[in-house]
Amino acid sequence: MRHQDESPIVLLGSRLLTPYIMLFGWYVIFFGHYSPGGGFQGGTLLAASVLLIRISGGRRVSRLQIQEFATTPLAVIGVIIYFATGLVAMLMGGYFLDYELLPFTGMEPAMVRYWGILIIEVGIGLAVMAILVMIYDNMVKGEDYA
Amino acid sequence: MKALKIIILILFASVLIYAASDLPYRGDPDNLMHAEESITGTTVVGSYVIQEAYNDAKTPNIVTVILGDYRSIDTFGEQVVVFTAGLITILILRNRRRVV
Repeated sequence: MRHQDESPIVLLGSRLLTPYIMLFGWYVIFFGHYSPGGGFQGGTLLAASVLLIRISGGRRVSRLQIQEFATTPLAVIGVIIYFATGLVAMLMGGYFLDYELLPFTGMEPAMVRYWGILIIEVGIGLAVMAILVMIYDNMVKGEDYA
Repeated sequence: MKALKIIILILFASVLIYAASDLPYRGDPDNLMHAEESITGTTVVGSYVIQEAYNDAKTPNIVTVILGDYRSIDTFGEQVVVFTAGLITILILRNRRRVV
């Protein structure tokens, strides 16, 4: 592979952009109840913010952020959040993913559905972010770069 | 050969444009998909969703309610598909050292 020097300007620019992209990703996830958005779109934006640092900084800088071994457990946690929400609703005596029976005390059923949707959106966002980072890591590892 | 390709493209485009001229107008309340009952006599789900989505989940975005509540098992399937695609990249793309 060709030798390339790190560019501090590119790294500085992506360091400036990354927090805002990440914040916008969380906004898209949590504001999906009121505007276009949701787990898949927000998770993609979170992955974009992580990948920007990985592309511009290389392996040494990306070790300070989400590490390579952490992506697979994060994806599994995201899937488990979704599945556990449905399973808890089923154990409380309802159908699978019937949020009305989630154990939130002192809330009307419609508001429990509101929070149930939010929980699964966070799970989707986490899984999508971790999986996109995981795909990038595996591609880079196959290329034997840096 | 190139002329044949262009003729096929033009024919295909004309078929699509002819089919598109028969589509219903957007936002017309008399459309079939906005009716309470379909041609075959079953109830249309879309009108129920438009009327009751806010009362069911207190969420103004109808698309979110459909994705996360009414069709949540479908969304779970989508998430599992994405998860499986990520796991398969471990098998295919990662450069394993061969031990011969």
